[in-house]
Amino acid sequence: MAAESTDATATPPLAWHETVVAVLKANEVRLVPYVPDNVLRPLIEAVHADPFFTTFATAREEEAVGIVAGGCMAGTRGIAMMQTSGFATLANVLASLPCAFQIPVLLLVSERGTLGEFNIGQAMVWRTMRPVLESLAMEHHTITRLDECAFICDRTIKQAVATQQPAALILSPLLTGGKVPAAAAAKA
Amino acid sequence: MPSAPDTATAAHNARRMHRAELMRRLAARLTRGEAVIGGIGNTNFDLWAAGHRAQNFYMLGSMGLAVPIALGVALAQADRKVFALEGDGSLLMQLGCLSTVAALAPRNLAILVFDNGAYQITGGQPTPAAASGTDFMAIARGCGLPTAAWAADEAEFERMLDQCLAADGPHVVGLKLDNQKPAAQTERDPAQIRDRFMRGLGAKRSALPG
Repeated sequence: MAAESTDATATPPLAWHETVVAVLKANEVRLVPYVPDNVLRPLIEAVHADPFFTTFATAREEEAVGIVAGGCMAGTRGIAMMQTSGFATLANVLASLPCAFQIPVLLLVSERGTLGEFNIGQAMVWRTMRPVLESLAMEHHTITRLDECAFICDRTIKQAVATQQPAALILSPLLTGGKVPAAAAAKA
Repeated sequence: MPSAPDTATAAHNARRMHRAELMRRLAARLTRGEAVIGGIGNTNFDLWAAGHRAQNFYMLGSMGLAVPIALGVALAQADRKVFALEGDGSLLMQLGCLSTVAALAPRNLAILVFDNGAYQITGGQPTPAAASGTDFMAIARGCGLPTAAWAADEAEFERMLDQCLAADGPHVVGLKLDNQKPAAQTERDPAQIRDRFMRGLGAKRSALPG
């Protein structure tokens, strides 16, 4: 058998954030409001740099959900980006806007609070994320591996649009590396 | 140009108007398929009472999101005028949205703030903004929306609507209300409301009647 993995001319795999950008573009997801997050920074910078996207920071995650809902209803798909603690502010607006009105609002959540969290507040609020998604019966998938990233993002977006339902994509520290304390990062 | 801030009617001098009457005046001006997002409760009840239009969206919960929803519509359809109708209590919950609007400066967005100073639908409890004398138009100007101004009376509201419809925004108009109850209640069927709104905006086509 040929050792295809040793081919020095092979294109290196896309990074997770490059994969997400490619999938968003392929699915015509153009409106990207966000509340900043350190792990999401390369993705935020990439969508800012690409004129395909309309991207901007909002003051609260609730606002971003409202903007994506409005855009969806007017014919432009969107995704609201945030971290876990920001998701935790959303139960009411998710229930009463995209869930009740059947609007395919997409969420991209950078997962904090697990696998090496250093902030107990983040660790506590992390516990609420999946129970809230489950109790709203919202489709959600956690992406842990680069080789599954494109498939999960693509299929989740397509299903949300086809079924007129909101959905959440959760980026695990297993995929992104997560956020590590400054001291640990300095030693690394 | 819209009213300059230094000539804007002070909040305490603005006439207290009937919400249903203002909604009728607004509806009468909307002849070009303008989108209207009605904030929760009595704000969208009186929008509904003024006569359903295919481009009306009536919120059900998600208090405070009339402006963000309208902003999303405005960004998606830059050639369509979009009105956000928001109550004072609702806006107080989501003041940050005014900075977001100012930062993006969508030319086709107008925000109408219906200020009765109270949570009317829950029993008329005064808002902290009413108790403190908070001036929502001053807040909007401070957020970077320099033409935000109170309407002195119905005639000035009509003139400000002319500006909203004819001139580039974003616009913010403050309306002081009396405590008159809403004239009707919106049908609470969100999936139908969303479907009709999308059709009204040309974002969905369907062979189903409706």
